[in-house]
Amino acid sequence: MVVWTDFERTTIQDIFSKINYAVVGQAAFSRCLIVYPWTQRYFGQFGNLYNAAAIASNPKVAAHGKVIMEALEKAVKDMDNIKATYAELSALHSEKLQVDPDNFMLLGDCLTIVVASQLGKNFTAEVHAAFQKFLAVVVSSLRRQYY
Amino acid sequence: MSLSAKDKEIVKAFWAKVSGRADNIGGDAVARMLTVYPQTKTYFSHWKDLSPSSAPHGATVMAAVTDAVSKIDDLIGALLSLSELHAFTLRVDPANFKVLSHNLLVVLSTTFPNDFTPEVHVAIDKFLTAVALALSEKYR
Repeated sequence: MVVWTDFERTTIQDIFSKINYAVVGQAAFSRCLIVYPWTQRYFGQFGNLYNAAAIASNPKVAAHGKVIMEALEKAVKDMDNIKATYAELSALHSEKLQVDPDNFMLLGDCLTIVVASQLGKNFTAEVHAAFQKFLAVVVSSLRRQYY
Repeated sequence: MSLSAKDKEIVKAFWAKVSGRADNIGGDAVARMLTVYPQTKTYFSHWKDLSPSSAPHGATVMAAVTDAVSKIDDLIGALLSLSELHAFTLRVDPANFKVLSHNLLVVLSTTFPNDFTPEVHVAIDKFLTAVALALSEKYR
């Protein structure tokens, strides 16, 4: 059972209430495809991912970035039940999408970096730690249905 | 994943912006690492004070990284004695190098929100990975 401190709860709620899902989603997901190009293997149907400029202006990438943020919001809204919230998504990533689960934290790291750039000095070490813990719980839940 | 000529150019250009604030950036990165990844505190049990005044050590680390930028064509040679230090004296598990690198990237992102573009990010990430590899050289 994940135990959240009050600080962690309010920090996560606060971050997600401040950020623009379309902007942050696009920035984080495109950054992941650029910085870790092997992650492109799962997005053959997204069209032109040939270089950073193409990725940055690709509308399917932008749309999918927003989808990811909306899925993360589900966890934010029910922080005590993240495992259950993601049971179906975990099975989807494992059985249908067949994503190597080591990739989840790559996207997580890019999201951390984008949120950091948005919050600037407000992204203190304590806020960072809370965010990293939240992502670790999300990733662990997404890994659960793999066998 | 070795550094291309383009990568080296990008790293050097970006690092020119960094060097003025290197001490603060390094201090922030180390302090952040100790907070976000508390297992790294195990290497600093000889420090009485693990508060954000890890600034002095952060400055030391950043000075070494800045030096590595200037010797980017031969990182293994440049980091030989530091590698020996980490391997034989400090005995830091090399998996932790990635942890500090990540924290450094986060600080660069908060400090340079507009300049730390995805292209700069990938070049710096590759560079820090190469530095970590050079630092691991003498371990076994």
